[in-house]
Amino acid sequence: MTEYNSKALKSFSSIKVIIAMHAMHIRLGGFSGYAFVLLLWLVSSPLHATLNIEIFGGGATQIPIAIVPLAGEEKLKQSLSPVVSADLHRSGLFRLVEPGALAPHDPTEVIYSDWTGRGASALAIGSATTLPGGLVALRVMLLDVAKQSQLGVYTETVPPEQLRAAAHRIADMIYEKLTGDVGVFSTRIAYVVKQGKKYSLQVADADGFNAQPVIEYTEPIISPAWSPDGTQLAYVSFENKKPVVYVQTLATQARKAVANFRGSNSAPEWSPDGKKLAVVLSLAGGSQIFLVNADGSGLQRLTQSSGIDTEPSFSPDGRYIIFTSDRGGSPQIYRMPITGGASSTAKRLTFEGSYNVSPQYSPDGKSFAFIHRNGDRFNVAIQDVSTRQMRALTDSRFDESPSVAPNGRMILYATEVRGRGILSAVSSDGRTRQQLSTQEGDIREPAWGPLPTKQ
Amino acid sequence: MKKVLGVLLIGLLSACASQTPQPSAEVEDKSVGAQPTQPSTSATTEGGPTLNPLTDPKNILSKRSVYFDYDSYVVKEDYRQLVLAHAQYLRSNPSAKAIMQGNTDERGSREYNLALGQRRADAVKYAMTLSGAKEAQIESVSLGEEKPRATEHDEASWAENRRVDIRYKGE
Repeated sequence: MTEYNSKALKSFSSIKVIIAMHAMHIRLGGFSGYAFVLLLWLVSSPLHATLNIEIFGGGATQIPIAIVPLAGEEKLKQSLSPVVSADLHRSGLFRLVEPGALAPHDPTEVIYSDWTGRGASALAIGSATTLPGGLVALRVMLLDVAKQSQLGVYTETVPPEQLRAAAHRIADMIYEKLTGDVGVFSTRIAYVVKQGKKYSLQVADADGFNAQPVIEYTEPIISPAWSPDGTQLAYVSFENKKPVVYVQTLATQARKAVANFRGSNSAPEWSPDGKKLAVVLSLAGGSQIFLVNADGSGLQRLTQSSGIDTEPSFSPDGRYIIFTSDRGGSPQIYRMPITGGASSTAKRLTFEGSYNVSPQYSPDGKSFAFIHRNGDRFNVAIQDVSTRQMRALTDSRFDESPSVAPNGRMILYATEVRGRGILSAVSSDGRTRQQLSTQEGDIREPAWGPLPTKQ
Repeated sequence: MKKVLGVLLIGLLSACASQTPQPSAEVEDKSVGAQPTQPSTSATTEGGPTLNPLTDPKNILSKRSVYFDYDSYVVKEDYRQLVLAHAQYLRSNPSAKAIMQGNTDERGSREYNLALGQRRADAVKYAMTLSGAKEAQIESVSLGEEKPRATEHDEASWAENRRVDIRYKGE
C-alpha cells in the first residue's frame, strides 16, 4: 500500500511529496484500518478556476438600495462598493439603485429627498482612509431613507490584502439589518473541477473569487464536506483505485485517511460538534452508515439494514441523521437518532415518487433539501420536516449534490447546461437562480462552507 | 423488487449447485484451454511458450467483465461460466488475490451509485465464494459512476458502464 501510494503520487507532476509517510495500524475492535499522514506541497496548479456568475430571476419583493462609492476607495487597489453591490445583487433580495452624480460620504451630507426620488429605501455611504503605515480605516453607514435614520454602521481597520474580505463583511451587515437573516457573503464554497483526466478539489469565496486548489489528482474526487469550524475538508479520493475518505487541514494541507477500510469508504459528513464523521463503509457488507472519530479512531455502526444506507446528513442539534436508504425497495430519505444502536428504527420521510436521494438538513433543522426524480428529470426539492410538504425548486434535467447555505436561504447544486457541468444556486423559495461556471472543464460536487467563526 | 432479485440470485446459484456437485470437474470439462488444477500460472500448448491463463485471449479467465441490467445487481446466467472459472482459479491459487470493481451508469446520485456499484461487486464476490474461492482472497470495491468506460450519454454507453471488472493483484 505504501509503495503504491508513493508511485501514484510521483506520477502527478504538480505535487511534490515531502518526506515522512507514517503508516499507523489501528485496531478498532475487530476492524483494522491504516491511517496515512501525508504532507503534500502543491507547487503549481493549472486548474485555478475563476467562477463566472450569472443571475436569473429575482425575488418578487426586492429591497431597493443605493450603494455610494466610498470616499477614498478610488485610491485603493481594491474598491469595496462594487463588491458590496455584487454581493447584495447576487442574493436576489436587493435591487441596486444607481447613485448617479450623488456622492454623500457622511450622514450630514445626505439629502433624503434625493434618494426617495430615486426610489431607494436604503442607502449605504462611507469612507476608506489609508493610514500612514498602509492600513485602511473603513467606515460604512447604512441609512433608512424613509425614517432618515441610521440602521447600522461598520467600522474596521484592515490591511490592503483584506479589503475584499472587509467588503463581504459590509455586505453581511447590510443584509442582516435589512432582511433579518445572517449574511453568507463571507463564506467559502468547495467544489471539484474535472478537466480532461485531472480532478481538482478547490475552495473559493462564495462569489467565486480567490479559488485555491486543495488537492488535485488524476483519479476522481467526490463528496467534499466542511468541518463545522471551516478549517478542514473531508473528501473521497479514488487515488488508490478504490474510494477512501480523507480529512485535510486547509491551512497546512496536511491530511489523513480517516476511513480506509477493506472495500469502499465514502459519503463523509461531520457531526455539528466537529468531533465525529458519519461515513459509509462496505466493510461489514453492503453499504452501511458508521460513525468514526475525526482522527479515524473509534468506529461505531449506525445503520443495520440489508439494503443500501448512504448519504448521511446531521440535524443541526446533532441528534439525528437523515440519509438515503433503499430498505423499502426504492431509494428514499429516512431519519434516525444517532444513539440507540441496532434497535433504532429509521423513520421514512419521503413518499412521493420512487427516487429521493441526497438529503441535506437546513441550518434551522426544520427542512431538508434533496434530489427528487420526476420522470426522467432529477431536480432539487425541499421538504418541511414536520408538515412533510414537498416542493420542487428546479426543473432542469440532471441536478445533483445539493448543499444548503449556512443561512438556509440558498441551495447550491451541480447541474448540466449544454453538456457541461456547472454549479447553480437556487433560493429556498425557488425565485432566484444563479449559475457558476468555470472557463474550462466541468464543475461538480459543491459544498457550502460554514459561517466564519466569530473572533 | 429486491425480493425478486434476491430470489433470482439464489435461484441462479442453486442451479449451479444442483448441476455441478463437483464444481472443479465441471469447470475442467467446460472451459477452453485452462488447466485450473495446476497451481502455476502457465498453461502449456503444443511446443509453444507457456501462457498466463489470466491474460491468454483463448482462456475464459482473460474475460474480466460481468454486465448488469438497469437497476439490477443480479449476476446473469450468461456470466455463470466466467464467474465459475475465476472462482476455480482462486481456489487453485490460494495466494492469488482479486478485486471486484463495481460500476454504474451515470444517472442519479454519485454516492447512491457508489453503493449500487458496491452491490454489484459484492454479488460477483458472493457468487465466487459460493463456488469455492476464499472470502479473504477477494476485495469488492465500487467506482460508482466515476470511471465510465463508455462516455456517450446514451443507452449503449450506459449498458457498457453497468459492469463489474475482475482484477488480480499484481497486474
